[in-house]
Amino acid sequence: MKEKETGVREIAYPGQVLGDKKEFLPGVGTFEEDGKIISKFLGILTKSGNYISVVPLAGVYVPKPGEHVIGIITAVEKVGWVVDINSPWESFLSLSEAVDEFIDVKRVMLNRYYDEGDVIYAQIASAKRGDVQLSMRGPSCKKLKDGVLVKITPSKVPRLIGKEGSMINLIKEKTGTMIRVGQNGVVWISGEKVDKAIVAIKKIDEKSHIYGLTDEITKLLSD
Amino acid sequence: MVKIKGIELIKDGKRLDGRKPFETREVEMKVGIIPNANGSAMVRFGKTTAIAAVYGPRLLLPKHLQEMDKAIIQCRYNMAPFSTDERIKPGTSRREMEISKVVRLALEPVLFLENYPKTTIDVYIEIIQADGSTRVTSVNAASLALADAGIPMKDLVVALSGGKINGQLILDLNGIEDNNSEADVPMAFMPNKKHITLLQMDGELKHEEISKLINEMFKAGEIIYKKQIEALKNRYSE
Amino acid sequence: MRANYILKLLEKDERLDGRKLDQFRPIVIEKGIIERAEGSARVKIGKTDIIAGVKMEIETPFPDTPNEGTLKTNIEFAPIAHPDFIPGPPSEDATEIARVVDRGIRESNSIDLEKLCLIEGEKVWGVFIDLHVINHDGNLIDASSLASVAALMNTKIPKYEDNKIIRTEFIGKLPVLHTPINVVVSKILDKYIVDADKEEEEVVDAWLSVATREDGYVCAMQKGGSKALSLNDIDYMIDLSSKKSKELRKLL
Repeated sequence: MKEKETGVREIAYPGQVLGDKKEFLPGVGTFEEDGKIISKFLGILTKSGNYISVVPLAGVYVPKPGEHVIGIITAVEKVGWVVDINSPWESFLSLSEAVDEFIDVKRVMLNRYYDEGDVIYAQIASAKRGDVQLSMRGPSCKKLKDGVLVKITPSKVPRLIGKEGSMINLIKEKTGTMIRVGQNGVVWISGEKVDKAIVAIKKIDEKSHIYGLTDEITKLLSD
Repeated sequence: MVKIKGIELIKDGKRLDGRKPFETREVEMKVGIIPNANGSAMVRFGKTTAIAAVYGPRLLLPKHLQEMDKAIIQCRYNMAPFSTDERIKPGTSRREMEISKVVRLALEPVLFLENYPKTTIDVYIEIIQADGSTRVTSVNAASLALADAGIPMKDLVVALSGGKINGQLILDLNGIEDNNSEADVPMAFMPNKKHITLLQMDGELKHEEISKLINEMFKAGEIIYKKQIEALKNRYSE
Repeated sequence: MRANYILKLLEKDERLDGRKLDQFRPIVIEKGIIERAEGSARVKIGKTDIIAGVKMEIETPFPDTPNEGTLKTNIEFAPIAHPDFIPGPPSEDATEIARVVDRGIRESNSIDLEKLCLIEGEKVWGVFIDLHVINHDGNLIDASSLASVAALMNTKIPKYEDNKIIRTEFIGKLPVLHTPINVVVSKILDKYIVDADKEEEEVVDAWLSVATREDGYVCAMQKGGSKALSLNDIDYMIDLSSKKSKELRKLL
């Protein structure tokens, strides 16, 4: 049996030569030059199959179509809403992507659907050249009420969720909370022990680079 | 600082602070020192300390400055009022503006900017203490801060200064050497391919002296490169 | 949504980071960190991080105080410290902080300015306190005041000879007579807190900055925030501020 690994995962830095094109394939977070695979980021080095990848340890959220995000409505406009999605770019939720019924925009104030400060779980419909459009059409999209928002590094979202949701389910279970995680690094928490859930989530954000994180979180939540 | 006439800066192969000609000062680097910033670093060469912070990529305003297919990088080099002997009055000098520009150009070639249309990556540098070679110290700090911010990069950027005192070529000029040198040559380069991204010179040097100096800077740059890597890894030690 | 959470917790006398209402975040003071300045200190209160540097320069005295040295306090909201700080001339907030800190030091007669006179009416020492914010996570006033006083206590006067300052030689320490300590007390709803962090500052209704001297005298005050305060509020806030200032002074 393979011995359990401890300590820090292998960290790659920008410009580091990770392998030769003859042996490996370039994965995410890398680029090729002169037959070499080189890291683009300061991040965690991962090898799966023949692929070498680097998962960045920091960075802003770059929206991709299909991803789910948590956003805050920052302005109500004539034909839709401006939404802050924790990204360099503002996004827009148009009326037709938000409400199914026909609305006469001359008569109805849009803030009766979503108002400034409302928090939504939405999907990226398109993202081109910094023009980001949202949609509320997906089955899981909805307004999130009465919760607390916490931000983590967007690239660490997969770590927070864990394999098949193992990490996030552990936190939900141990703290009696409901949690939603946006790919943009915004996390919504509601329920009993919100404070404890926040501590656990922040810890995962800070310590994503160590082995045995699940054990540490289990311990933290059992105290 | 003032020029001192006839000063002997090197004696029996040793400089005033005891260094050999091609020896750098003590170098210290720390990554992730400003929690508010997307990325940050402190770099110290002897008594010269630079702090760099990166904010962004973030939306660039006003709109007419935006590039539709990539991020732009903006850079500001500033000296703290207490960083030198005589207090510096707040406000940007011509010297600071020029350095801001050459530092930006030193960094630009390593950045992949095309993922971030309409945005700016702001690199802010504060010189907390100045004792020569502040611009190259700034470049090292900025290189680390950019990596720390999760900005995609082709390579890191390593920088140091070279020069000539009392007829002798040297590396890493301190303040008194800088003020009394026959030449000083700040340089930055991408270590993988040794591509030079910043090169300035003032003073008097022969062509072969310049070549010799650049080669010595490449050599000593390896040590600085290793320090950068170590500092980046230490950010995530435990 | 975060703001609501802060308010909800405060109703139960609780804060986001688990502190008591009258509790500071951890404070770290380092003195003498800038060799090139005549005095310096770095103060961290939680994630707030400020460097104070003191430079001594030769100045002409003010006509009404021809035998006294001068004092000037300046703060730079360096853009490294917060995403909202942009390069440019000092903002209204920055200017207010510099003046509040300056007044605490000036009005408490912290520095024996008469000892800084070289030639009456012509030449005196000017004491320049420059504050450089490295990271802004709230309570810049207390951090600035603490860093300034710590830096002054650490300041040496250079030698002055043949109309030149010799920065490598010193004639002695800056005569610091008193240590004024600023503590801002903030009111949110009907609660009073000290050391509000950045998130808390955004929901503060009103605040009072009080600079207290080691002998208990109050030397400077400044009321801020958009809501009004009653005399009862003020009484309570001065008391709390003076009490906390004693704790902070021990750290110097």
